[in-house]
Amino acid sequence: MAEASPQPRNLPYVAAITDGVREVLKEQDNAFVIGEDVAGAGSVYGYYKGLLDEFGPERIYDTPISEEGIMGIGVGAAATGCRPIVDIMFMDFIGECMDEIANQLAKMRYMFGGHARLPVTVLTMAGAGASLAAQHSQSLEAWLCHLPGLKVVMPATPYDAKGLIIAAARDDNPVFVVLNKVSLAMTGEVPEGAYEIPLGQANVVRPGNNYTIVATGRMLHEALKAAQTLSELGIDSEVIDPRTLQPFDTATVVESVMKTHRVMVVHEAVRTGGVGAEIAARIQEEAFDYLDAPVARVGAPFSPVPFSPALEALYVPNAERIVAEARKQLGL
Amino acid sequence: MTDALTDAIVLDMHRCMVRIRIFEETAGKLMEDGRIPGALHLYVGQEAVAAGVMVHLSNEDWITSTHRGHGHLIAKGGEFDRMFAELYGKATGYCKGKGGSMHICNMELGMLGANGIVGGGPPIAVGAAFSNRFRKTDRVACTFFGDGASNEGAFHEAANMAALFKLPVIFVCENNGYGEFTAQANHQAIVDVADRAAGYGMPGVVVDGMDAVAVYEAAGEAIERARRGNGPTLLECKTYRFYDHVGVRGMGLSYRSDEEVEYWRRRDPIPLLERHLAEQGILSAEAAKAIHDEITRDVQAGVEYAESSPMPDPDALLEDVYA
Ligand SMILES: Cc1ncc(C[n+]2csc(CCOP(=O)(O)OP(=O)(O)O)c2C)c(N)n1
Ligand SMILES: [Mg+2]
Repeated sequence: MAEASPQPRNLPYVAAITDGVREVLKEQDNAFVIGEDVAGAGSVYGYYKGLLDEFGPERIYDTPISEEGIMGIGVGAAATGCRPIVDIMFMDFIGECMDEIANQLAKMRYMFGGHARLPVTVLTMAGAGASLAAQHSQSLEAWLCHLPGLKVVMPATPYDAKGLIIAAARDDNPVFVVLNKVSLAMTGEVPEGAYEIPLGQANVVRPGNNYTIVATGRMLHEALKAAQTLSELGIDSEVIDPRTLQPFDTATVVESVMKTHRVMVVHEAVRTGGVGAEIAARIQEEAFDYLDAPVARVGAPFSPVPFSPALEALYVPNAERIVAEARKQLGL
Repeated sequence: MTDALTDAIVLDMHRCMVRIRIFEETAGKLMEDGRIPGALHLYVGQEAVAAGVMVHLSNEDWITSTHRGHGHLIAKGGEFDRMFAELYGKATGYCKGKGGSMHICNMELGMLGANGIVGGGPPIAVGAAFSNRFRKTDRVACTFFGDGASNEGAFHEAANMAALFKLPVIFVCENNGYGEFTAQANHQAIVDVADRAAGYGMPGVVVDGMDAVAVYEAAGEAIERARRGNGPTLLECKTYRFYDHVGVRGMGLSYRSDEEVEYWRRRDPIPLLERHLAEQGILSAEAAKAIHDEITRDVQAGVEYAESSPMPDPDALLEDVYA
């Protein structure tokens, strides 16, 4: 596909999502958006605003509050020639449609011996820190990464949001784009026109030579802040954003660890059973002899997301906790 | 038969509605001022439903609620101080600050929680009704849910099983015409949610949800039927939320006309009941005003309690995950 020549400009994350979906609707005639309050209202967070006027009601559909049915439309329409963009308003609500996701969407191609393609792009909003309590704040990407057949990306920046949405929609497999509600207002450079961030490739955001921090989604920004603090302690951190969690770019992380010998994995999700556990396991499998310290992990504590701002502030990982954990790990 | 409608019952419902109204108006302002964190879904406009149903229930009868749940808890006997404290995220709140508006509960009062998941309530209410019968009590369970929630699969599975097992549960649909920003006509092809009852083999009843007395009567019949062992009823109350889906803005919204809001505001359930009370000589306008003033003071005391309460201790973060 021909790429438009990118023109730099700054956009908030929320507008970068719109821009990504717009490019997909422009380049793929059989793509449509479907979900709760996506058309008339442009989604509760406003990231489809304008698309109904621009593309008309044949390309963007409001649905009843029926997540299992919505995901089912995604599966059925994709299997029969469409390229649906399914919106699940809050990631917590994948609970409502988990059968369609886990038992249909993820497995259909395999069960059919390769005789089906499921090019579904699912956009969904994760993230704590907005006082929305236990059912509107979760980061459940590990649930999805555990399902062979799905791909999962987590854009940390406006640039990545647009580029990963386009890559997800161009892919012939089901791809979940896990967005973060706390990042919606952050601005960053977003080129005009279509561009793609290849799935399965990590991004070395900050090069460094004696410590590696692998940070997913919004935690990238906390890791970068932490790297700044750590540099004052003589730690030169390499910060890696995997961008795609499934398939995971093990090679880039392992290469970094072979250079730095010490590594931490950070995510916003609950630490226990999170994707960080998988990443840590891969590191020790492939770079055991290079490690000078155990792989450290920072994630949310083992509890539901609390409502009270006093508790939520303790719950969501941040730069201070990353620094504290690093000091413990490195004996600083 | 339902208890005959006495003056005392009507006065109870009136007080309950005013309590909900003033609590909600105050909470909404506190949210707009940034005193209360997160998002509040206000019950203003729908008070007659909670009042007309709950006046039949005791603490041993269960209810499940929704994201728009403050009114249900107040009608079930919730206290302002502990409720505001919860909305503030304080340690003294009903959920120790861990739940907030969308998960506020009180098990002693039989209130199985507001719910952040649309359609989350009905299956749980069916479970509570099952338990009532299993434990050989004559208590019932009422589940409140919206027109929007009636499109969730969870509602349909719950309704089918409740009717199949003849469980003592009342499905109270508060049809306020919208699920978020989507009008009912754009989310279902029927006008009366109560029509769905027939598909499951239970009675479906439509009632004016702005008329507390009408709700009282219809709910009384459904609850009696459930207590007698004759199974569930789907009771649809036609109502309206005066404010936006979240927060206190009422007019000038893109998805509904101001004329429509004005039409429903003229049917405000509280003045409607107060006119009835005055005409019947049960409560004068002055006496009604005194009730409003008294409740305003109680609400203020609740706010002060919440404001002066402590935030949860850090240790609370990891408590209550397991029994
Ligand atoms: C499973 C699920 N899907 C979507 C939402 C987002 N949401 C919250 S309230 C709401 C509308 C609910 O409409 P209705 O049931 O009519 O209740 P009302 O808000 O009108 O009281 C939606 C879509 C949710 N909380 N849970
Ligand atoms: Mg509604």
